[in-house]
Order: sequence, then structure tokens, then C-alpha cells
Amino acid sequence: MSNQDTNVGEDASDLSRRSFLRIFGISATCAGALVSAGNLIAKGQVAEPATDPPPKIPDYDWNKHKWAFGVDATRCIGCLRCVEACKAENGVAQDAHHFRTWVERYVYLEGEDKPHIDSQDDPQNIAASGSEKEFRFDNRYKDARVEKAFFVPKLCNHCTHPSCVEVCPTGATYQTKDGVVLIDHSYCIGCEYCVQACPYGVREFNHVLGVTDKCTWCYHRITKGLLPACVEVCPVEARVFGDRNDPQSPISLFIRNNRVEVLKPETGNAPNVFYVGIDKEVS
Amino acid sequence: MIGTLAHAAPYVGYVYPNETDIPWGVLIVIYPYITGLVAGAFIVSSLYHVFGMAQFRPVARFALLTAVSFMFFVPVPLLFHLGNPQRAFNAVLTPHWTSAMAAFSYVAGFYICLLLLEIWFAFRADIVALSKTTSGLLRTVYRVITLGSDDVSPRSLAIDHKFAFLLAMIGIPAAGGLHGYVGFLFGSVKAREWWSSDLMPVIFLLSAIVSGIGLLIVLYVAYSKFRKVQVDDDCMKGLARTMWAFLLVVLVMEVLELLEMFYKGLEGIDMVRRLIQGPIWFSMLIQWGGSIGVLAILTALIVFKTKGKSLVTWLTVSGLAMMVAVLAMRWNVVIGGQELSKTMKGLLTYYPEVFGQDGLLVVAFIFTCPFIVLWLTTRLLSPWEPEGPTPPKTRQPEPRWPWTISPRVSKPPRNPPKTSRNPRSPRSRA
Repeated sequence: MSNQDTNVGEDASDLSRRSFLRIFGISATCAGALVSAGNLIAKGQVAEPATDPPPKIPDYDWNKHKWAFGVDATRCIGCLRCVEACKAENGVAQDAHHFRTWVERYVYLEGEDKPHIDSQDDPQNIAASGSEKEFRFDNRYKDARVEKAFFVPKLCNHCTHPSCVEVCPTGATYQTKDGVVLIDHSYCIGCEYCVQACPYGVREFNHVLGVTDKCTWCYHRITKGLLPACVEVCPVEARVFGDRNDPQSPISLFIRNNRVEVLKPETGNAPNVFYVGIDKEVS
Repeated sequence: MIGTLAHAAPYVGYVYPNETDIPWGVLIVIYPYITGLVAGAFIVSSLYHVFGMAQFRPVARFALLTAVSFMFFVPVPLLFHLGNPQRAFNAVLTPHWTSAMAAFSYVAGFYICLLLLEIWFAFRADIVALSKTTSGLLRTVYRVITLGSDDVSPRSLAIDHKFAFLLAMIGIPAAGGLHGYVGFLFGSVKAREWWSSDLMPVIFLLSAIVSGIGLLIVLYVAYSKFRKVQVDDDCMKGLARTMWAFLLVVLVMEVLELLEMFYKGLEGIDMVRRLIQGPIWFSMLIQWGGSIGVLAILTALIVFKTKGKSLVTWLTVSGLAMMVAVLAMRWNVVIGGQELSKTMKGLLTYYPEVFGQDGLLVVAFIFTCPFIVLWLTTRLLSPWEPEGPTPPKTRQPEPRWPWTISPRVSKPPRNPPKTSRNPRSPRSRA
């Protein structure tokens, strides 16, 4: 009753409230349109990450796993499906300056000591693929006398002693119990000290979110029993992934049955990506 | 995305794909530079307050104001650079102590507090006097800054002096820590060949002091011209000698570092050579040419006992040149380190933006601010000796230990506010 009373008694204020609501509604609609347009533009640049940050994972105990990665460079054919899959799976910026994984091509020509090295972000390769969103190695050595050539896939080494984690001023980047190095995007301040500290150049800056990004070994997939996207799509099994706690896992067998090496062991970072078939020039 | 492409760095040889997006730009060049100016200015003030070098009396208090004006702007380039500046306090609230960077807010915060305290003690007598001679809003401002302490009795002034002395003493390791920290930030990055050096903190600290002295010379001369007063000859001579000494040591350190690097000739040394000949050749020329040129000028000034106008002219030129040379040194370290690829098989070239968050305009703006703040501060608290015959220089700076509080007047208050409080009045009566 008192409500009615005040409504009757305050027609004028009701009117102004109505007009206020109308104006508010219009401006809210406009703002919403602007925001969604902004989002569309943003989406054009970077696809939404599949899961970010990783949600609470049912039926997963990170104390029970010890993940590791293997790369058999003798098998890699440089098809770059891994790069494509990674960008799609993880919403990595679709340009030639942001990669969570990439493939390097080493070519020794006859009579030369040093290899010619390039990766998919080389301008000639981009010209060959026609766009920075597609990945292809061009055929530049078609008429050259090649003595030795091979491909080397690269990705985050998820080091046992990660220098990126060491330098992070907030602890936004951290090591999980199962041996994966992750970044909390809601806590990263975007100082890029970790980008500097990584000896392998695997960290890239997400200019949309203002935070650092990098390979997570597809943590959202592996914790559900799936393989990382790059491993899943590799047609020649050059990429191997598994749990070192399981002696029969692909990675345990890979490490046991091969003479493996790691990149830049002198840094003391103790990487967990193990390589077979790389060359002294690979760093 | 267009934005990221626009400032992707061109390269030669082979570099990791993500390296083309250079992480630290001109903002991080200016950050250690400003920090260094603070450290240098502070050291000069300490030479007077702690080491009792009387010739620095004319600039001692001015150096403190210079240090604090620049110190306010040390965190600014860092905040501008952050991807999420609104989260900057994450590093303060939950510091990750294995990171050198986590210490920044604490080191810088401590240093600002220390500077403000020291300034308060050094200027307290003036502030009290001003709070009694001014009127209106200014009077209120001065009264607030006295913090309710308007006792200017000889004993109280003696206590002021002792505290200023103690704080200046703590300030020396603090200044060393502040800038040594910056050097450590770079020197401890093992992934960057050009940074990873044990000498880096030492070089950063010493070059900081040199640049700070340079700044102080330039500002002191400029202020003197503006105030139409004589530039103090002894002070200039002292500054010339101090700059000469620090410059000599920093040059020795820098030569040693390069010598060691090339003598060891570790893997990738060819690329280091190409870096020096390539992307940073011009800034290397400014750094080394400037430093050696200034060393030559200073040596000549000292050997020929130059004084008067030509000392002022040449020392000002040296100061300016040193500021530019140290800025070039910061560029060579910060940018050069990132231009040398982590593959050690390629070189990038960084081109700064003009507009934009990490652009030259922003940097120019940030670097102008401390000068404006300094000008305002000196308007509020004049650090200069009163006009007229200069006070005898032997009287002031006896480094007495702060725990032996004696009633002796170390510095008579300027514009003694009331005759009844005049310390000299009992003596005159007697």
C-alpha cells in the first residue's frame, strides 16, 4: 500500500525514472554492441582458448603422473600439422611471431660447414603458404646440392628447474606436481621477465590479454587422458608423449630404447623434452 | 594483430620465431637510466653529509631533492610496460622470492622513504622558518610538512643533523642495493649471452653514479644561470674529480668485460662481434666515444687546474655527454641483449615506436616529469645557500657520530623565526 501511495504521489519522479531507464537501456544496448563488436574483432585475432584457466579436473590426481615428451627428429617430415593443430587448439595468435610449437629445418649444402636454418615463420615460407595462418616449408632447395637435411620440432621443455618460474615476480607461472609448467593468466602481470629468462625462446606474449603464454603440453587434454594436440595430429609419430611413472608408456619406452639428449643442457634447466636424431648445430 | 606485426623486429640469420616480438623496449631502457641518476645524485649528497667533503656543500641538499624527484618516476616506465599494470601489486602482496624482480617494490619503497626522511631532517629548520614567515595556503602546507615539530633549538638542530647523517649513511648501501639490483636483474639472466655477466651489477652501479654526477653538474649550472649566481668553483672541481674517478673505474670494468668475453671466445662469439658491428654500432660509438672523450676532458681539466668560466663550460659539456653516453650504454645492454638471438645464430634489430604505449613519446614524457617535479620541489624548499657571502666551508661537515648528541649548533637556522628562540641570543646577553 505504501508503495502504491508513493507511486501515485510521485508521478514526476516516475517519469524521470522512466526516461532515465530508457536512456540507460539505449546506452546499455550501445555499449553491449560495442563490447560484442570488440569481442568479434578480438576473436578474429585470437580464438578463445579451449580451457583457460584449467577447471577443476575430475578423476585426476597430479601426484600420480610424471609427464614427459619425446621428439624423434629422424621421423619428422616438416608437414607442420603440429603447428596448425596447436594454434587451433590453444587459440594462439594467428601471426608469424607467436608460436607454442614450431619446426626448424636444417639444411647442409655440399661444401658448406654451417647449416641453413629456417622455420615456418621465415618470410619465404610464409610467401609459399600464402598466409601467416597457414604453414609450409617452401621448396627453395629444389635445385641445390643438399648434403644433409632434417627437421627439428620445438616446444616448451617443461624443465625440471625452469628459469621462467624462477624469475616470475608474482608466482603466476608455476610448476605442477606432474611436471608441467603453467601460467595463471589471471595473476600474470605481464612483465615478460620469463620471456627473457627462457633459454629456448618458447614463451610468447599474448597482446590481447596482456599476459605471457606458452605450451602447456595441452594440460586440458592430458588431464582427461587425451594426447597433446600436436602429438595427436603427427602423421609419422615424430612426437611422443606419456607418463614416466608408467614404465610401458610411449615416453618411457622412447627414453629407454633410444640414446636421447636434451637441448642446451649447460643451462642446468634439465628439460623434459627428449630428442633423438638432432645435430650439434641444433640449439 | 596488426599492432604486433607493426613492431615485429626484422632479423638476419636464424632466430626463434617468438623472438621477433621483442619483449622489453625503450621503457625498460629508461628505467635503469632514471634509477641510475637517482643513485648518482644521492652519492654526491652523501659525499658531503657522510664523508664531510666540504666542497659539495652547495649542491648537497639540491642533490637530495634531485634524487627524490627522479626516484618518484622510477616505477613509472615499469608500470607503463606491464601487460596488466592493475595487477602490479601482485608482486608486492605475494612476492615470489626466487625472482629478483619481486624485490623491486620493497627496495624502491624503502629508498623513497629514506630519501623523504633525510630530506625532512635536512630541511626541517627551513620548513619551520617558512611556516612562520609565509602566509595563506603556503603557510598551511609548510605547517603540515613540519609534522608538528617546530623546535629549532640548538639541541634539536643537532639531533636533526645527526639523523640526516645516519640516514645518509644507510642511504649509501641502499643506493648501491637499488642499482646493484637493477644490474642483477640483467646479469642473472643466463638465457641472454649479452647480459649474463658477473660484472653487470658493478658496471650498472658505477655507470649510474657517473650519470648522476653528470645530471647534477648540468642541473647545478643551469640553476645557477637561472638564479644569476656564481657557480661555486670548488664544488665544480670536486664534481669533476669525483666523476673522473668513477668514470675511470667503470671504463676499466667495461673493458675487462668485453676483453674476457672475446678472450674466452665461447660458442656464439662471432654473433656477439656482429652485434657490436651491426645493430648497436651507433649506440656503442656514443657510449665508448662519449665515455673516453669525457675522461679526456676531465683529465685535462684536473691536470691544468682549470677554473672559472671555462671549467663551468667544459664540465657542463662533460656532464651532458656523460648522460648521453650512459643512456646509450643502457640501450646497448637492454636492447642489445635482446637483439642477440638466443639461438646465437641470428640478430634482430629493434626499432622503437614513436607513438603507442611503449613509444618514444611516452618515454620523453616520463623523462620530463622528474625535471618538472624537481623545479616545483625547489620552489617549495629552496636547497640553496642564502645570498650574500658564502659561509666558511670548513665549519659545517664534521662527520660526527650520531650517537654522541652534543648541544653544539651544527647549522644555524636560516631566517630564525623568533628572537626569543634565536640560539645566539643567550650568548649575546652573556
